[in-house]
Amino acid sequence: MLKLLSNSADETFKIGQKLGTLLQRGSLICLSGDLGAGKTAFTKGIGKGLEIEEHVTSPTYTIINEYEGRIPLYHFDVYRLESVEEMYELGYEEYFYGDGSIVVEWADNVKEIIPNERLWITILKTKDDDSREIILEPTGEIYSNIVKELENSEYISD
Amino acid sequence: MCKNTTILAIETSCDETSVSVVSNGRNILSNIISSQIDVHKKFGGVVPEVASRKHLESINQVLDSALEEAKVTFEDLDAIAVTCGPGLVGALLIGLSTAKAIAYSKNIPLIGVNHIEGHIAANYIEHKQLEPPFVCLVASGGHSHIVNVLSYEKYEIMGQTRDDAAGEAFDKIARAMGLGYPGGPLIDKIATDGNPDAIDFPRAYLEEGSYDFSFSGIKSSVLNYLNSKKMKEEEIIVADVAASFQESVVEVLAAKLVKAAQAKQSKYAALAGGVAANKRLRQVLKERGEAAGIEVLYPSPVLCTDNAAMIGCAAYYKYISGRTSDLKLNAIPNLTIGDVRI
Repeated sequence: MLKLLSNSADETFKIGQKLGTLLQRGSLICLSGDLGAGKTAFTKGIGKGLEIEEHVTSPTYTIINEYEGRIPLYHFDVYRLESVEEMYELGYEEYFYGDGSIVVEWADNVKEIIPNERLWITILKTKDDDSREIILEPTGEIYSNIVKELENSEYISD
Repeated sequence: MCKNTTILAIETSCDETSVSVVSNGRNILSNIISSQIDVHKKFGGVVPEVASRKHLESINQVLDSALEEAKVTFEDLDAIAVTCGPGLVGALLIGLSTAKAIAYSKNIPLIGVNHIEGHIAANYIEHKQLEPPFVCLVASGGHSHIVNVLSYEKYEIMGQTRDDAAGEAFDKIARAMGLGYPGGPLIDKIATDGNPDAIDFPRAYLEEGSYDFSFSGIKSSVLNYLNSKKMKEEEIIVADVAASFQESVVEVLAAKLVKAAQAKQSKYAALAGGVAANKRLRQVLKERGEAAGIEVLYPSPVLCTDNAAMIGCAAYYKYISGRTSDLKLNAIPNLTIGDVRI
């Protein structure tokens, strides 16, 4: 487990961006955090790290947004889903086991269908309005390596 | 005398199941909307699975009512129009399969319509004088775009949201204040009792000359405000928060739309989409438009929300220029304005 402190939305974006550069096909990132914690800001950073040129926007209404980058990004927001059956109806398996990297916002809502190997990231609000605690919990070797890489990266060590 | 063109239109992209019969593009013969709001209220938002199931349950009944009210039968129809995106795929497919079944069995053309282009077309129905080019703000739960409508078929996106849609911000703030769903109308209503200057929430104009929007900053700032009040155990005046939040969104929307209309030397600035029903937005825009010598147009509230009449209107202009679809037409959840996939 790795805990990072972000002092601003901009820093949250940069941590996301660094993570984005480390993602591969099939990488699964689960995001937890309250409304306004910065999940979409973090995902925007991941998008930048994946060399996506479009604006990564909130998929709350569309549930899934797809982007073309170095590899595709499938951006899920399951805020409005009430049960995992709805994930089956959306055909989530084609994305989860497809050729892109996946980010799932509000992943707690669909915990049952989240594969064992993944990187779970929780963004917590702190007392200060703008700063956030970002907790990264990897499961499996691939994700542990991603977190190690992130921990050793220049950005984090300064 | 020329024969009238009668189009039956179906819209099922999100909350509402709607079927309409439209004559010659701008004349509504019927526009039935079976709102699913009651079902969604309980969940605080649109639940996709519920949405598609409810569409399936109500589509035939809504279709019958639309034909009956318009006093037409399938034999009188010249074409079938249907929303094919953007929207929730399961919900869109209910409308699409219904439309295809009618088109196939009656051997009449099928016309796939972009939901957002439909919202823009709602303005044609109530403003008979309106013709392209003009500039339009489409703002709803899922979209926030400033569009330069070049012709009935050509659109230029001038600006769009970089994070949350305007209506989504309304819904999320309403939820955070425990007001319920849908957030837009509730905030609009409560805000009339509040002071829009009570709290100074930020306005996100972004960089100079940009027509893009960003609403996640204002959302966070309202949430932070609510949170800090709770921590300090101070009273939250909901009407003031609603009015101040609404003001900060409305001001940015209005300023950017008027600026865009000026940049394109457009005679009109039009509003469309669910957020276009917001009373404060209409009022501020009227004032700003008048000051700038631009006529501000918007549809009546029923044509701002999702409805099939607007789809029928947009379809008419595709029909008369021969742009019909074939039966392979599919749902495209991420369809954009002016998208060439349909």
